[in-house]
Amino acid sequence: MNTATLNRLDDWAWEIPKSGTMRVPGIIFASEELVGGMDEKVREQMSNVASLPGIVQAAYAMPDAHWGYGFPIGGVAAFDPQEGGVVSAGGVGFDISCGVRTLLTALSVEDIEPLRAQLADGLFQHVPAGVGSTSRLRLDERELTAMLNGGARWAVGAGYGQPADLGRIEQGGRYDGADPAQVSGEARHRQVDEMGTLGSGNHYLELQAVTDVYDPATADAFGLAVGAVVVSIHCGSRGLGHQVATEFARRMVIEGPGYGIRLADRELASVPIDSPVGRDYFGAMLAAANCALANRQILAHFVREVFERVTGDGNLSLLYDVSHNVCSLETHEIAGRRRDVYVHRKGATRSLGPGAADVPADLKAIGQPVLIGGSMGTCSYILAGTAASETRAFSSACHGAGRCQSRSQSMRQNRGEDVVERLRRRHITIKSRSLRGVAEEAPTAYKDVNAVVEVTHAAGLARKVARLAPLICVKG
Amino acid sequence: MIPGWEHFEHEADVGVRGRGRTEAEAFEQAALALTAVSVDPARVAATERVDVRCEAPDHELLLIDWLSRLVYEMAVGHLVFGKFEVWIDGGCLRGAAWGERVDPARHEPAVEVKGVSYLALRVGPEPDGNWVAQCVVDV
Repeated sequence: MNTATLNRLDDWAWEIPKSGTMRVPGIIFASEELVGGMDEKVREQMSNVASLPGIVQAAYAMPDAHWGYGFPIGGVAAFDPQEGGVVSAGGVGFDISCGVRTLLTALSVEDIEPLRAQLADGLFQHVPAGVGSTSRLRLDERELTAMLNGGARWAVGAGYGQPADLGRIEQGGRYDGADPAQVSGEARHRQVDEMGTLGSGNHYLELQAVTDVYDPATADAFGLAVGAVVVSIHCGSRGLGHQVATEFARRMVIEGPGYGIRLADRELASVPIDSPVGRDYFGAMLAAANCALANRQILAHFVREVFERVTGDGNLSLLYDVSHNVCSLETHEIAGRRRDVYVHRKGATRSLGPGAADVPADLKAIGQPVLIGGSMGTCSYILAGTAASETRAFSSACHGAGRCQSRSQSMRQNRGEDVVERLRRRHITIKSRSLRGVAEEAPTAYKDVNAVVEVTHAAGLARKVARLAPLICVKG
Repeated sequence: MIPGWEHFEHEADVGVRGRGRTEAEAFEQAALALTAVSVDPARVAATERVDVRCEAPDHELLLIDWLSRLVYEMAVGHLVFGKFEVWIDGGCLRGAAWGERVDPARHEPAVEVKGVSYLALRVGPEPDGNWVAQCVVDV
């Protein structure tokens, strides 16, 4: 992106000034290098989002922002229903409530080493991953509806995990306001054998070593120490969420113009929050978000079963579970007034600072754990939410490294076998049913997650707590 | 080459483009491009047939509906497809897809398509008289 056309607000924030149909400016959090590396399409997409009815304050882009469909990935935008604000299926994306969950183990890297092969094989065999994989679980209609209402709370009630887990999941493990009646028969049908599956693409299940601690007190409160091993799961609402997004994007494309919403791009299809289709979407989307929370809860249960069998200790406690593709109704102070707004985060993580209502009670004084996934060859980070993030970007932070290469570019440059071998030499075990998938997800296809996290920290969006390096990665 | 398909660049996702002498042929080729996001269509045996019907207010939405229906059929049937036929009459599409149940060892599927987006969506004739049907799909 050409920085000459941006206003530099401070060391880490760049403004796309209001012009044309834009109702608010765009603000990008990035270093000069990161913003310079962003595609011009990011600017175009942010300007389009900034033109939507009822948007408040600004359209934001996180340091990992890249070109998406409609909204940029790494985008945050809030809409006020009192001002004709809209909700957009494209602003959440197809993988509703895709997110990251991190579990703590009682083991060290040294403990894991003799068990590495058994753990890698055990996880690969026990956790369904990849295209066409199916779950051992089958939910009937009644159970499916209960799951869509209850999220991870339903999963715990069904025997997957422990009640203590719920306190460490955003929204207490269940999004209020879900409306399962708005989830179609086809969306339900797609989920029949997908509960407790990882999916494919950039989804993963990783054993990770804590390599660095930046804030010892917070790391201690989070249960993290150098040399400790954690497990992270990255996935979402599977076929049910994909189908909900497909169906409502179509309805919004057809019905949106009837509300006088003029769009630069059909992918931005939006409808007023206070409209029949707006309300139906919001209820269906939250039901799909509950499906994602339940899915990650079940996957964690499978991981615990493997640890119990291989290490004799399946008591992995939950650090946190947070979505990065979701729209939620939140209260924020905007221009000196507290307002209820619908915040779309598409490839952005919530980052609540100390004292915020949804921060777990035992972490209230510290802030919410912010989980940032990297690529399978680099590293991931645990951060903590900040009070400053509230004024910066409605309490939001980045969600990962962000791609810098298309899948076909990455496949042209990498052979799957070579990627697996290169990582093996660095003591990273890759388990995947698809070597082509591994080539497309090669670490070189991603931006430098370290740079993204440095800017997130420096900009005050979240603060660094610990860095994680992959030991075993099960790819979908 | 006409008819033919290709993928076009998108940073995070994949663009699928079909070209044909007719609109229906361009839709068939776009479906092959969709399949090729996950598997090599040439490695798919045409042992099962799935019939699809769609109706949409315009032909861009008809493409979205056609490809979205194939994503759905692949997901619920655990299928991969290697051959398509399409008939278009006004705003109505009838299609047939031939394929088989996905076999991870033989097909080596790379990634599943989550949904069909409206980004770079285009259906229409080109200056040379051939048709193009394209959009970006989310993976």
